[in-house]
Amino acid sequence: MMENKLYVSSSPHIRSNNSTRRIMLDVIIALAPTSVAACVIFGFRAAVLIAVCVATCVLLEFLARKVMKRESTVGDLSAVVTGLLLALNLPVDINPLIAMFGCLIAIVVVKQMFGGIGMNFVNPALAARIVLLVSFPSAMMHWVTVKGAPAKAVIDATTSATPLAAEKGTYSYVDLLIGRCGGSIGEVCAIALIIGGIYLVIRRVISPIIPCVYLATAGVMSLIFGLNPVFQVLAGGMLLGAIFMATDYTTSPVTNWGKVIYAAGCGLLTMLLRTYSNMPEGVSFSILLMNILVPLIERMTAPRTLGFVKKAKGEKK
Amino acid sequence: MMAKGYLKEFTKGIVKENPVLCLVLGTCPTLAVTTSASNAIGMGVAATAVLVCSNAVISALRRFIPDKVRIPAYITIIAGFVTIVQMLVKAFAPAINDSLGIFLPLIVVNCIILGRAEMFAGKNPVIPSILDGLGMGVGFTAALLCMGIIRELLGSGSVFGAQILPFQILIFILPPGGFFVFGMLIMLANKLNTRAGRKVKTTPCDGCPMAANCSQKAEKCGEKEEAESC
Repeated sequence: MMENKLYVSSSPHIRSNNSTRRIMLDVIIALAPTSVAACVIFGFRAAVLIAVCVATCVLLEFLARKVMKRESTVGDLSAVVTGLLLALNLPVDINPLIAMFGCLIAIVVVKQMFGGIGMNFVNPALAARIVLLVSFPSAMMHWVTVKGAPAKAVIDATTSATPLAAEKGTYSYVDLLIGRCGGSIGEVCAIALIIGGIYLVIRRVISPIIPCVYLATAGVMSLIFGLNPVFQVLAGGMLLGAIFMATDYTTSPVTNWGKVIYAAGCGLLTMLLRTYSNMPEGVSFSILLMNILVPLIERMTAPRTLGFVKKAKGEKK
Repeated sequence: MMAKGYLKEFTKGIVKENPVLCLVLGTCPTLAVTTSASNAIGMGVAATAVLVCSNAVISALRRFIPDKVRIPAYITIIAGFVTIVQMLVKAFAPAINDSLGIFLPLIVVNCIILGRAEMFAGKNPVIPSILDGLGMGVGFTAALLCMGIIRELLGSGSVFGAQILPFQILIFILPPGGFFVFGMLIMLANKLNTRAGRKVKTTPCDGCPMAANCSQKAEKCGEKEEAESC
């Protein structure tokens, strides 16, 4: 009777309870403080923008899978995350139709045309943001500041530059931390982003390597360029990019050294673009460029196969 | 029989062997000048004129051009026609000349024209060569016009300068939008070409739309992936 008690199966024998849906839910939870902060700072229009983006992304994901006659992947919540991230990357007073066009780029062109979740070669939300930035430069660079009375945002809002383009000394660190400055709805409140990042690290959804190396490289580069490193890290979209964009599973390396190289490249490019390009911000372009380099970085840092001895140079087979 | 053969030489360039969408030749002018529909027409007509004339002359001289120096000889003939066309455009359509800029003289090195000279006009009599050039030119112009209309409509909101859409998606008149529209059109052309019950090709030469004219087909089929690349 012994054999009946043995359950024979092939490996793996130990499974974790992780699933795509659970991971995506964690990311949504981590983005919640930022979304709430956006609604508090920018008011009701930010909530509408988030709702429009999430709903459009989910709908397009459903329709795209339907048209391609593939199994629906709406249930894994990845489209919700893409929509949320895209909304957080937009200025508050953007035309909802433009935001919906961004969703189309993210879900249909970047994600589904390359095969759906796990197949996209760049981060969909980021690619959509860049397409919008190139297509509608005036609408995408129209920042609204709510200095003074955050709760009455709609009335007290004034148009202004992002902290990166503003004159030195306009914003204090406290302004940057709690979001009293111009920018995309999700990038202004640094504290909410940091809370979300800590949650993701504790839940082991992301490894701290990418955000830490990214921010450290950017800090060191700003010292080299003679800029204020704390200001450079807090201002603009760097925290949002480092914590939520650069850590996307599909488009970041799996090896630890690969992560270090990737994140350092992001930090370096961001600071180069911020300093030498004619745009105030360089986070999205740098992450997108490094996304494209990920296959090369992974090949370079592939771990040695167990039991395989590296041949000395010049030695023949 | 003869008439049917001639018709085939003409029509093959329009869909089945469309130089831009199936042979993927001449992509540089395709991507560069299709920011508006009128530019696309100007480029298409200029290239077609050169293509027809050069095909005719090269075909007529095919027995006199030594094989070893055929490429320089072809280029010289093509360059002569390009100069004529450029002078005509400058005289009668200076606006087109300004907007096409360097791409007008660059027709000299257009892969479609040299490709047709090498593949077709160098081995066939004059009349089929003229028809081949005309068909390829029409196919080139049609593909350019499609791209030009789509890109101008979405990128500037207008067609042939007449404002239609109330918004502009600038990326479509920038290079990334050009590549995107180009990819979409290639997809559409592939769809049209495979829809009519044609089997998916398996060996490299079967999949090559130039296989019919390829001189290396007999000995090198299976080794060479593409008959010609520019």
